[in-house]
Amino acid sequence: MIKQYETVFIATPVLSETQMKEAVAKYIQLITDNGGEVVYQEDWGLKQLAYPIQHKTSGFYYLIEFKSEPEFVSVLETQYHRDERIIRYLTVALDKDAVAYAEHRRQNRAAKAAAPKAEETKVAAQAATEAEPEAEKNEDTSVEQ
Amino acid sequence: MANATNNEIRYLNPPTVEVRKKKYCRFKKAGIKYVDYKDPEFLKKFLNEQGKILPRRITGTSLKFQRKVAQAVKRARSLALLPYVTDLLK
Repeated sequence: MIKQYETVFIATPVLSETQMKEAVAKYIQLITDNGGEVVYQEDWGLKQLAYPIQHKTSGFYYLIEFKSEPEFVSVLETQYHRDERIIRYLTVALDKDAVAYAEHRRQNRAAKAAAPKAEETKVAAQAATEAEPEAEKNEDTSVEQ
Repeated sequence: MANATNNEIRYLNPPTVEVRKKKYCRFKKAGIKYVDYKDPEFLKKFLNEQGKILPRRITGTSLKFQRKVAQAVKRARSLALLPYVTDLLK
């Protein structure tokens, strides 16, 4: 039975941009290789942590929404656990309300990204990876409930 | 109440009746069905200054959503979006 999941991981701030992209690509590859389907991904950029983790006060946040078999989640988490670049991760199953909310949130963000810079609409809506970290941060705090 | 209508007893000072605004569940009122753990600014409304979850009797949240709020706050804490312990959160 295919279920929808959402996973957020925090990577160490010492990574360079290319290393971070590599890490993201690795997990997306892992999802698709195991019969999953990536629905959405979002880069939150470098954020301050609310408390230090492994003596680090900031980290790169990355969100991936995907559909897969429930068995795959443990595979993914094992990979996270073994990866030294990942300092924290969280995977949650989305129920139908959460899926609806995620959809709404996605559209909201796409609309917001479209308003100030109409040219980058497609980039922001589809990948959301290219958006500048600062712009991302502002949006994070003001996401409508 | 009967006193007021019959006027048998008269108070020197009019008895003060405290009109308390009824609390309501903001989720039910706004029709929110899912509490998002990714939005720490929203979740802060349900925390006190030390980052503890406020009880239902103060926020007025219904039981169903209090459970969801608690779940979301705990998820946000584990992702370092909210602190476990702190001072002067607000």
